[in-house]
Amino acid sequence: MKKLQVILRLETVENVKEALSAIGIGGATLMEVRGFGRQRGHTEIYRSRKMEVDFRSKMMLEIVMEEEKVERAVAVILEHARTGAVGDGKIFILPVDDVIRIRTGESGKDAL
Amino acid sequence: MNAADTGFVLVSAMLVMLMVPALALFYGGLVASRNVLSTTMHSFVLLGVGALLWPLVGYTLAFGPDMHGLIGGFEHLFLRGVGMEPAEGSSIPALAFMAFQCMFAALTPALISGAYAERIHFQAMLLFSTLWLLLVYCPMAHWVWGGGWLMKMGALDFAGGAVVHMSSGSAALAAAMVLGRRTTMGRRAGLPHNIPMTVLGAGLLWFGWFGFNAGSALAANGLAANALVTTHLSAGCAILGWLAVERWHTGHFTVLGAASGAVAGLVVITPAAGFVEPWAAVVMGLLGGAVCYGGIFLKSLFHYDDALDVVGIHGIGGVLGALLTGVFACSSVNGVDGLLYGNAHQFFVQVLSVIATVGFCFPVSFVLLRLTDRLVGLRVPLEKEVTGLDISEHSESGYQF
Repeated sequence: MKKLQVILRLETVENVKEALSAIGIGGATLMEVRGFGRQRGHTEIYRSRKMEVDFRSKMMLEIVMEEEKVERAVAVILEHARTGAVGDGKIFILPVDDVIRIRTGESGKDAL
Repeated sequence: MNAADTGFVLVSAMLVMLMVPALALFYGGLVASRNVLSTTMHSFVLLGVGALLWPLVGYTLAFGPDMHGLIGGFEHLFLRGVGMEPAEGSSIPALAFMAFQCMFAALTPALISGAYAERIHFQAMLLFSTLWLLLVYCPMAHWVWGGGWLMKMGALDFAGGAVVHMSSGSAALAAAMVLGRRTTMGRRAGLPHNIPMTVLGAGLLWFGWFGFNAGSALAANGLAANALVTTHLSAGCAILGWLAVERWHTGHFTVLGAASGAVAGLVVITPAAGFVEPWAAVVMGLLGGAVCYGGIFLKSLFHYDDALDVVGIHGIGGVLGALLTGVFACSSVNGVDGLLYGNAHQFFVQVLSVIATVGFCFPVSFVLLRLTDRLVGLRVPLEKEVTGLDISEHSESGYQF
């Protein structure tokens, strides 16, 4: 099993989620995050005092899936999250040892 | 007794009362979210302090029989002799005038709270406000309105440029100096947490200010209409004055700038509202917005942390208003001419009133703050400041997310 950590623009989250559902991904966790990368921050001004804001607001979607679905999922995310401008986000792929469903105690593939 | 005058002054008293929670919103939005309740409380609780102290002793210190031009006598202690009948030469019940003034007495110490926000102990704030109300505000009100020496000298202060704004601005400077800088000053953790709240507060202040300035005519007459019009024009034009300078300086028109400009314009017109013509209010507003924008740089220049710019807006705006009243006053409005109409003496009197007000309010406030610090301790320890005063002083949070 693999976990995809997907950093997204705020406005692409809904489309990505729907597209993932359509290929049979049945669950995900969404987090509001802030970070920095190639996309520049912005300046805020309060009573003439300038304040550089380096960390931008992004969304992070965490999805755990069977290994064979990863390629398809990545393709779908690239299709729906890409605008072509700096700041579209990133996908991190990590190994997952096991998954356990708390309600039933099932583990492995059955718990996804 | 005149029914229209009485009704108008009673409604004006209510409008001025609204300025206290309006100020709580204005200041509350400007602090970090962990201090929103304490900052709100710094204004709101003074409705209580004023309601207790003013009828007991404050009113008579300010408006009791004059003693050597310095302070009022104790004739009206516990409101003795202040009843439903008008005082001599007045068209409204003495109680209506007392109530109107009671709201001013709650609002003025609340204005200072912008300087000590985010780092003062609540009980220290209560003690200082009590002392300040009795030993600074009451004498000032007596000097200017209660038959004291500034009034006899002919100083013009229609609704409180000196009594309310210069006095609180001077006290704010003292508070910022005695308390020292916030640990969050200049950092992201110290940024305003809710600017829409601040703008709402500024709007409600503006609304309440109609009672403050027009109500100071103490009658439903042409002078009240003049004061209402000059108040509105100055506030509106000061938005434009502030934004113009801000655009030139930073390249942006900020919403906080618009709200700050409006308040600056209201401050500047306060002493002048019943002495100048509407066209002069336009000039005063434009100038007021521009000059107070400059006023907010004083704290960076002198390295003190006047957290919410009380000195820059109320102090500088108050001084500017007092001086410009001496320039633009016109005898066709209220019987007194200023510099522009050939009466240089009036301008000189206004300069003197500025020196007297700041010269009295700043050192006395400074001493009262030091005294409060000695008695109960002014500043919260670093750990509580970082946690935020809402939790460390009041055991509450403004927001549950």
